[in-house]
Amino acid sequence: MFVTILDVGIAGLLMGGLYALIAMGLSLQYGVARVLNIGHGEFIMLGALATWSLHTVLGINPLLSLVICAPAGFVLGYILHRTMYKRLMVTSASPGIFEGNSMLASFGLLFIIQNLAYLIWGTRYKAYSYLAVPVNLGGALFPANSLVTLGFSLLIGIVFYIFLVRTRMGKAIRAAAQDASTAGLMGVNINVVLALCFGLGVAMAACAGMLISMNYSVFPSMGMEYTVIAIIVVVLGGLGSIPGSFIGGILLGVLGSIVTYFDAGLALVAYYVIFILLLLLKPTGLMGK
Amino acid sequence: MIQLSWASIRASKSYLIPGIILLVGLIVLAGLPSFGPKYSVIFLSTIFMYIVLTTGWVMFSGPTRQISLATAVFFGIGIYIAAILGKHMPLLVMVLIGGLASSVMALLVGSLTLRLKGVYFTIFTFGLLELIKNAINWYEVTFTGTRGRFVVVVDNNTIYLYMLAITVLTVLTAFLIRRSKYGLALQSIGEQEEAAAHIGINVTLMKVSIFAISAFFMGAAGAVMATRWTYIDPFMAFNMNYSFTPVLMAIFGGVGQLGGVVSGAIIFAYLEQILITKYPFYYMLVFGIVMVVSVLFLPNGLAGVVKNWRARTTGGRYVRT
Repeated sequence: MFVTILDVGIAGLLMGGLYALIAMGLSLQYGVARVLNIGHGEFIMLGALATWSLHTVLGINPLLSLVICAPAGFVLGYILHRTMYKRLMVTSASPGIFEGNSMLASFGLLFIIQNLAYLIWGTRYKAYSYLAVPVNLGGALFPANSLVTLGFSLLIGIVFYIFLVRTRMGKAIRAAAQDASTAGLMGVNINVVLALCFGLGVAMAACAGMLISMNYSVFPSMGMEYTVIAIIVVVLGGLGSIPGSFIGGILLGVLGSIVTYFDAGLALVAYYVIFILLLLLKPTGLMGK
Repeated sequence: MIQLSWASIRASKSYLIPGIILLVGLIVLAGLPSFGPKYSVIFLSTIFMYIVLTTGWVMFSGPTRQISLATAVFFGIGIYIAAILGKHMPLLVMVLIGGLASSVMALLVGSLTLRLKGVYFTIFTFGLLELIKNAINWYEVTFTGTRGRFVVVVDNNTIYLYMLAITVLTVLTAFLIRRSKYGLALQSIGEQEEAAAHIGINVTLMKVSIFAISAFFMGAAGAVMATRWTYIDPFMAFNMNYSFTPVLMAIFGGVGQLGGVVSGAIIFAYLEQILITKYPFYYMLVFGIVMVVSVLFLPNGLAGVVKNWRARTTGGRYVRT
């Protein structure tokens, strides 16, 4: 009995760490830059497939490919925000209209990235084996690569949190999250901060993609599943709250693991039931303002 | 007074010629199964389907400005009604039930969620689609042990005529609503909800009712189109693309003008039919690019471009807004 609980709990934590990382990226994009990026999962997919290519073609260690994928993701996101979303910010009459327009533009991005990936990588599922050795944790066996995944998710989460709380730029981001136009009046270079947040969100998605590619097979249409999970976690934690996303991610992972233990087919249904109940009863989420 | 009546005569005249062209076009379309090439019927049925979905989407999301991704939910309910009831009753009754079931769903969802603002409403509709899809899939796998169902087969000409009728009804309804007091009330809700409530508009009733009306046509279209696929499963019936495609078609065509909406649907449905089997990824790629370009550069879609062009060439004299 104890082993079962431990088993389910750790499996949940392993999933939850990944969910938390995915959701933090989206939370940064929506909470600060006000872009509900429906294409978030596509950046995860890009990260995963890029890692796969770097590993199988060039023989680069997946963990090392982070040094390439994360900055590349950041630059991509930064440029996207400076060009596309910046223009929408200027042309939209109100913040509400900007949210609608930027979401529609993200739909377009979703289709563009996904189909470019199909053209580059094809439709086949891809996987490689890395660190797939079992590790014994209190009687239950877990593959080493998913433990590394959890470790990395926690590390990225903590480093990012320290960045937010301790640095000047972090303070600027928190100010922009509360009220972008007022932060602008206080001397925060708002265009840079918002683009930075969007870029960081994409970089986190790329990291998550790298970690996912170590554990599961990857393919161009994998993104939507993760977008959906990210949206659920972000709503669970409270739209725009970074700690909320982190806690929400872990919670959802554990919960999914428990439901999977009873009936694996019900995990997704359970996620959506929680999601819809949350939206109806407490749309501000756990840590929302 | 004189000016006013002159204006009304000119207005009626300006409807006369397009009206006649439309009527002749409809008669030709209705007769198509008897003289047209066999494939044209199948081809046009799909185009009609997209016109219905897109016009239905614009009926609600156009004036209220709340982006709904529930199109696939209502369409899918129609499909499932056809799969469950198809063998037991005539096509017409099945289509009506399909539409009504979707309307009931829209009433339920609408009264629960239309208080949600902006993106919350959008992500709710998005979650709803996934919930229904996965719940039905789970139910089928766990209890019936099979995934998917067979749908009663109907011949292509009948499908075509049904789709034509539903399309005409949808566009006509959208047209009439736009010109009614009801449509004006909806428009004012979209402009500013609080102000609309203050001048005595029952905001919730208006939104929920238009949501249900638009869902009726989507459900009816689903019930008819289901018969063409002979076999359906939850992932086909509740495919997210049926939510995304109408949004793009409407935005590309121009949400503000019915003509633009219908043209957007026709252009993309046509492109899809000729491209998707041969170059599916290029089609979807173009789809995405057009979406981004439309959102960025064409705030009023194709209809807006045409209007600007007309305004420039005629010096703005004959532009109807």
